[in-house]
Amino acid sequence: MGSSSITQYLLPVLVVLPLGGALLIQLLKKVSKLISDIIANFILVVLVVLVFSLLNNPVLVYKVGGWMPVKGIPVGIYLVLDGLSLLLLIIINMIGLISLIFSISYMNKFTNKPLYYTLFLLMITGMNGVVLSGDLFNIYVFLEVAAIASYSLVAFGTEADELEASFKYQVMGTVASAFILLGIIIIYSITGTLNLADIGRVLKDKATETPLILTGILFLVGFGLKGAMMPFHAWLPDAHPSAPAPISAMLSGVLIKAIGIYVLVRIMFNVIGVTPIFSNMMLYISAISMTAGVFLAFAQWDFKRLLAYHSISQMGYVMLGIWLMTPLGILGGLFHMLNHSVFKSLLFLNSGAVVYGTGSRQLKRLGGLNQKMPVTGGTSLIASMSIAGLPPFNGFWSKLIIIMACIQSHHFFLAALAVLVSIMTLVSFLKVQRYAFFGELKQASKDIKEVPFAMCFSMILLAFLCTTMGVLLFPGAKELFIDPAVNVLLNGKGYISLVLSR
Amino acid sequence: MKGMTEIVKTISRLLAGLIFFYGIYIVVFGHLTPGGGFAGGIVISGAFILLIIANGIDEEKINRVREKAGFLESSGIFLFWVISTIGLCMGTFFFLNFLGKGKPLNIFSAGTVPLCNIAIGIEVSAALCSIVIAFMLVKKGDKK
Amino acid sequence: MIYFLCGLLFLVGLSGILLKRNLIKIIISLTIIEYSLFMFLALVGYKHKAVPPIITSLTEKNNYVDPLPQALVLTAIVIGLATTALLVALAVRIYEKYGTFDIREIRKLKG
Repeated sequence: MGSSSITQYLLPVLVVLPLGGALLIQLLKKVSKLISDIIANFILVVLVVLVFSLLNNPVLVYKVGGWMPVKGIPVGIYLVLDGLSLLLLIIINMIGLISLIFSISYMNKFTNKPLYYTLFLLMITGMNGVVLSGDLFNIYVFLEVAAIASYSLVAFGTEADELEASFKYQVMGTVASAFILLGIIIIYSITGTLNLADIGRVLKDKATETPLILTGILFLVGFGLKGAMMPFHAWLPDAHPSAPAPISAMLSGVLIKAIGIYVLVRIMFNVIGVTPIFSNMMLYISAISMTAGVFLAFAQWDFKRLLAYHSISQMGYVMLGIWLMTPLGILGGLFHMLNHSVFKSLLFLNSGAVVYGTGSRQLKRLGGLNQKMPVTGGTSLIASMSIAGLPPFNGFWSKLIIIMACIQSHHFFLAALAVLVSIMTLVSFLKVQRYAFFGELKQASKDIKEVPFAMCFSMILLAFLCTTMGVLLFPGAKELFIDPAVNVLLNGKGYISLVLSR
Repeated sequence: MKGMTEIVKTISRLLAGLIFFYGIYIVVFGHLTPGGGFAGGIVISGAFILLIIANGIDEEKINRVREKAGFLESSGIFLFWVISTIGLCMGTFFFLNFLGKGKPLNIFSAGTVPLCNIAIGIEVSAALCSIVIAFMLVKKGDKK
Repeated sequence: MIYFLCGLLFLVGLSGILLKRNLIKIIISLTIIEYSLFMFLALVGYKHKAVPPIITSLTEKNNYVDPLPQALVLTAIVIGLATTALLVALAVRIYEKYGTFDIREIRKLKG
């Protein structure tokens, strides 16, 4: 029974606060129109401050309801904070705050703003819960909270195609949840416990290979569907563009990482343990999604749809890095995850600004927007160079590390593929820049204006992060942000004893 | 939406009170016998839905009911949130059972569990009511 | 034996999602999948000749059924309720927009 420091009591606040805010907004929405804006943004600011105050802590374990372990066997639900969770928390809350600032102006054209904020905060609640939870079934519950909120947010505009996309997304998502639940049940029937660390401890003593392979495949299908890996990606290019732009940024930048890749990586690395066959399989899946995503994005003329396909491709990079299983590869993968969330949400916010200004997202109908919307044009240029991996920007560093890691572990083919995909991403975004922001100004868009201040502010903030995040690789910042997360994955099953000893 | 015949209306009036109190019984005794907030809440909402369907409801009223249901729903779950957060604010744990546990099988026992059950009961009944009402509204819009 | 029936139910639901072309039938298939999982989950906690896990002073035996899966089933049922309600609401709205439940005619999104 270790630390009784005050910081561990901050963990549930990360889940409780947005939940309470969501409910408060519904209760107080009659009072004033501004109140939902104020509550939502205030809560996200508090969350960001909280998350950054949790930096540089040791592993924290919080037992919900005060249920202490009996004879070293955990009874209650655990919330566990380690480096990996912290990295994800930073991504979730930071991008969440920026998207919220963006949506103050953007969501004015929709009718029911308090409902939007409620769903948004519920999504944040769910994702924070998934990332913090150390209990398998609890992860499932929070995952559903986040997913159900996102289903309704995708359909928020209630246009025909948005409803259709949301339906498709929801059918896929429910099937994925069914697979995940089946996996959880099988694990429970083998081990008789749901605590992640305790599952790992029980599995160490037992020699049961076959059911574990089965659950591995079930989790792969389930979280693959949630995280849009290549064979299971079909819903993503429909669902992500249909949502309002800040939500697209959240879905693409955060949700598929938090409830797709994070949980899979956590369970596989820290609890079940990765077999070489599994990691090889994951390598090929990520290589396929990396390549196919960029090829599919080539043919797109819809701005947001193109971005959605690039999400699949970039998530391939992240997975490629992580499943190389070398320290350098994991470092690259996690760093690329952080970077991708920044530049992809910036791109989606750009597309939102373009839609806000011109009312269209077909690239062929746009053109010359740089003259009328300098902030949007400039930030999108930065984001495009960042996603394509041009040197001073953050995307370059992480891609470089991933490619170096490929070469280091003698996967020369994968390294060449990664370079190729990077070049094709560059070509694809040159197309975007050429058609949307440079060139002749179309007659139809003569009288457009730059977007309001709140939207500009959030875009500039993200662009600033894009240019400076390469700094995180230097000693000092690296130990603070990324190294703890890398160590969690490298430590593997050491997670078990680390959690159980507290 | 139109109501049904006089027989149905009379019987539903008689039944609704019974169902309502049965639901409350399930909620209140949730910590002693099988049942609890969710099951009891569904039974309670059944009483309201029965009344609405049997007696019919007009456009103006339906919006009022929907608003009230929405408000009750949020306030019920907010009550639950408050109960669970009190434990945290007392400097210990979220969901802490801060009341005395009492004697087993008494109605005032098990600390915060009955309170949570009541909050969940309010929330679930209001939520189910609003779900059903939402479907009614959609059906009306379809006929135009 | 009953485990296999659960698996069969799961597959029935899955094939329903893949083969049916009506939105409502797809929703029903999803519900079938969920219910097969609930049954499986309840079966995991089953013990032969066990009593319900309500501890009173009268019952002093040790062979209770595992109470945890039952709690999990309840939670999963609530989640299933939320998903199904949302799906049906979406399906109704889609019907309003397109005038059909047939997914072959609902294809504004391509590629």
